[in-house]
Amino acid sequence: MGQVNDSPIYIAGVAETPLGEVHDQTELSMVALAAREALDEAGMTLKDVDGIFVNYMGEEGSVQVAEYLGIQPRYADSSDLGGAAFEAFVHHAMNAVSNGRCEVALICYASRQRTRRSRSMAPRGDDDSLTAQFQGAYGLPSPIGHYAMIAARHMHQYGTTSEQLAEIAVAARKWAQKNPKAWKQDPLTIEDVLNSRMISTPLHRDDCCLVTDGGGAIIVTTQERARNAAKKAIRVLGAGESHTHWHISQMPDLTVSAGQVSGREAFGQAGITPADVDVLVPYDSFTITVLMALEDLGFCAKGEGGAFVEGGRLAPGGSLPAMTMGGGLSYNHPGALGLLLLVEAVRQLRWEADGRQIEDAEIAVAHGVGGVFSTSGTVVLARD
Amino acid sequence: MTNEETIENGYGDALSAPFWQAAKEHKLLLQQCGNCSHFQFYPRPYCLECQSDDVSWVEASGKGTVYSQTTVHVQVSPDFNPPYTVVLVELEEGPRLLGHVSEGEPAIGDQVTIDWNEREDKPPLPVFSVA
Repeated sequence: MGQVNDSPIYIAGVAETPLGEVHDQTELSMVALAAREALDEAGMTLKDVDGIFVNYMGEEGSVQVAEYLGIQPRYADSSDLGGAAFEAFVHHAMNAVSNGRCEVALICYASRQRTRRSRSMAPRGDDDSLTAQFQGAYGLPSPIGHYAMIAARHMHQYGTTSEQLAEIAVAARKWAQKNPKAWKQDPLTIEDVLNSRMISTPLHRDDCCLVTDGGGAIIVTTQERARNAAKKAIRVLGAGESHTHWHISQMPDLTVSAGQVSGREAFGQAGITPADVDVLVPYDSFTITVLMALEDLGFCAKGEGGAFVEGGRLAPGGSLPAMTMGGGLSYNHPGALGLLLLVEAVRQLRWEADGRQIEDAEIAVAHGVGGVFSTSGTVVLARD
Repeated sequence: MTNEETIENGYGDALSAPFWQAAKEHKLLLQQCGNCSHFQFYPRPYCLECQSDDVSWVEASGKGTVYSQTTVHVQVSPDFNPPYTVVLVELEEGPRLLGHVSEGEPAIGDQVTIDWNEREDKPPLPVFSVA
């Protein structure tokens, strides 16, 4: 059997929804606005869309969104891989498009969790669920308590420090200062992060992402259909996904994320190594999320993430530009950041990222992480 | 006592009811496979290692090591008043369990032993004390 994904697949359009605090739109209207903008970039209209990929848009999300947009798809997917769903959707769309099961895939998302004040750290689960019986009963905040335990274990096992984690928040802020759309622009130092309020040891407030409104849309399609795009289409070289656990007690190794598998799959399909990556757009729900991604994707050895991020390696001017739009830590975090990682990766590869543009960027990686460090989706993109 | 009886009498789901029944007597149960000796927790209808149906509840030693922990400084629900510490304990038998700390201030790697917190409306909750 030959390679399944031998026909080139492209992202032909990307768009953000309105960001920040959105009072004059609904989640569905935000998605509609982003979808039109992304389709404009692709040189297409809603009439061209025959595949739809949606997470967190309510029960039977793809059904609700497709109806709102007047689409009757022949391929639909509301797989819930948390914030990493959108990288997984590129994986799914790549397979669907290359197998001819749909030709124009719309992946979209919007949330108004800031305006609605809907974000809660209360443990999840119905009274008789496994989660309520064995996890919720201990008041472990969701999701931060889980990430905190992972960070604590990483520190114990490898000597990682709070200063090293803070480097990641500082790098994100320095990038955010170059992005007019970023929510947080004020200067941030390592000391500021360490002095910010402790939430769940060892994670401080400034180790945590924002809570904002936002979302986006992207269009995945064939090489032929992407030729009509108004802007340069960006090739999907590889994609992968995985997940490890739902309950923290079931995570096989707290220092190893599902990114090891999703990264291996995506990098393997793309035929690249970490040394080939010009721009990394990792999911920065928490500082530890980025540190573990660097290890699990192979940018450094397991346990060496702390030393790796020192000296501003991820910041502007550093050797591995990461979170270049300011990340979930400083730009925007609408509950699920995965889609906006792809938007930024595409803009970097189109060389349209203005003041934060990485010169001559040719390969970018978007790496989503979701749940309670449960899920990962990795996408390798290339300018060709 | 069968699963059906324990569910009628108490707390838990169809598979976990025996665990909570034993908790009333301060006994910590784990599932062990009669075929390959693998321990697992939470309960499943068969062994995840060898898929044998021959799984049964056995009493655990109650000894373990703190695998990780976090001290929570924010109020996440009315049921919990910060600060409080949640530990993830690796039991001698292998499975990991979350817990509160009934006594002492543990660090990762410390030996702990099982303890129980009485609850008004539910069976006692497994917690840990620093050995």
